[in-house]
Amino acid sequence: MKEFKNFTMNFGPQHPAAHGVLRLVLQMDGEVIKDADPHIGLLHRGTEKLAESKPYNQSIGYMDRLDYVSMMCNEHAYVLAIEKLLQLEVPERAKYIRVMFDEITRILNHLLWLGAHALDIGAMSVFLYSFREREDLMDCYEAVSGTRMHATYYRPGGVVRDLPSKMPKYEKSDIRNNAELEKLNYNREGSLLDFLEDFVSRFPDCINEYENLLTDNRIWKQRTVGIGIVDPDRAIQLGFTGPMLRGSGVAWDLRKKQPYEVYDQLKFDIPIGRTGDSYDRYLVRIEELKQSNKIIHQCVDWLKNNNGPVMIDDGKVAPPNKDNMKDEMESLIHHFKLFTEGFCTPEGQVYSAVEAPKGEFGIYIISDGANKPYRLKIRAPGFPHLAALNEMARNHMLSDVVTIIGTQDIVFGEIDR
Amino acid sequence: MIDKTKKMIKSLFLVEIVKGLSITGKKLFKKPITVQYPEEKTPQSSRFRGLHALRRYPNGEERCIGCKLCEAVCPALAISIDTEMRSDGTRRTKKYDIDLFKCVYCGFCEEACPVDAIVETKIFEFHFEDRNEKVINKNDLLKIGDLYEREELKDRKNLG
Repeated sequence: MKEFKNFTMNFGPQHPAAHGVLRLVLQMDGEVIKDADPHIGLLHRGTEKLAESKPYNQSIGYMDRLDYVSMMCNEHAYVLAIEKLLQLEVPERAKYIRVMFDEITRILNHLLWLGAHALDIGAMSVFLYSFREREDLMDCYEAVSGTRMHATYYRPGGVVRDLPSKMPKYEKSDIRNNAELEKLNYNREGSLLDFLEDFVSRFPDCINEYENLLTDNRIWKQRTVGIGIVDPDRAIQLGFTGPMLRGSGVAWDLRKKQPYEVYDQLKFDIPIGRTGDSYDRYLVRIEELKQSNKIIHQCVDWLKNNNGPVMIDDGKVAPPNKDNMKDEMESLIHHFKLFTEGFCTPEGQVYSAVEAPKGEFGIYIISDGANKPYRLKIRAPGFPHLAALNEMARNHMLSDVVTIIGTQDIVFGEIDR
Repeated sequence: MIDKTKKMIKSLFLVEIVKGLSITGKKLFKKPITVQYPEEKTPQSSRFRGLHALRRYPNGEERCIGCKLCEAVCPALAISIDTEMRSDGTRRTKKYDIDLFKCVYCGFCEEACPVDAIVETKIFEFHFEDRNEKVINKNDLLKIGDLYEREELKDRKNLG
């Protein structure tokens, strides 16, 4: 009888199913995983230390680059922390805009997750369809902030600019006639809110399309049902948050439990799973897409009927109007002071967290009264999830590791920071 | 019992597979949503933050007064400026370099500029053939500004 030893295998860091730069060292017994050891740090950029070296506002852009598929949610946690330190009251309209873009971000994130997860497991077309909808939401990002990804749109005290009254349109070209162009631009005639309203009405059908392709599909079920089961108690012990926790059946959502901004005034439900396997987490995320859609709809309705400022009127924190700055001495001083030195926060420490698409994304700031944080700590939801990978993957087959990485919705920007 | 037979029939006749295939099948006969890139382009917001430019006043005088606010506010430390007194006694920049590899296109320089001199244009298709070209200097920036001034004015009107 020949004796077999466990086999050590490297999974990644350049493996297409490893979602970025995850290096997994797997101990294999045949095709069964005995031990999975994630190695992290390949995307470490020192964001925490970087933020300690520059004035508060200048780090907003770096927050986008943490979890680079849910950009504005990261900004949101950071901005909320600063606002908590300064005890600022944000205008109502800015709150609604932020909530709306948080939910747009959630849809963006879940669509990418859905597409990539399905692609990993072997369903190609969902990826194409989910990216079709992502494109529309990316356009919303671009319309408000000027970039499709790294928005830098939220600021302490509100958002940088109000929503645009016009949507950018497709322009005339040689290969499209006017009728085709009109068809392309049909939802771009009005404002951003009109565009979003159209999207919100269209989106449920798109979700149905994804669900028709996946939910009952036997291959999809064979690959996800019963894979990576985490029971509710263990999920809490492991520090899971977001869909990972809710998939296990724990109804925990910061939007409900510790409402920030205007979430307490909006109607939505939080879906939970039953068995805590990959399939349940898929169902939870699909339902979250629908709920986010509902929230966006409510925000659009509110924003259409209520005007107002989107930034606090406080020259010490928010830059003054540019036209005023050119005529008034005081505004000019504020402007120069803000863009060189920034603002100082009172001494103290705060923690603020938002329900990011992946879970609880938190920012912890210790301030020594200077214009930059003394210490900044980022609580990334992906980190505890990845830490549980060994437990989730043990005694599964090699191909299930791909499912488990997929279901954890790992993005390395936030894990490595 | 009825549920069970229903389930059996569903699984026997591959109902969910047919449902899925019918979606992809329908798409086969629809027009693709592809945008044929170089010939046509996707819509671009007037707030777009692309390549930088330095603007001039309508009389041809350069706007930048070398206050270095953009240099101070740049999170990536991509801008470096030297100033001098020009022969007519005004303060102007001697050197205005932007390292485009360092730049994160956050738009803070545009927000900070008190005279609307540095702007981020809608240009997003640019390339370098040599690594040294990543640093663009004042002349390049002014040239871009001259070329795109009309579009820039249009965009500024459409910001709202």
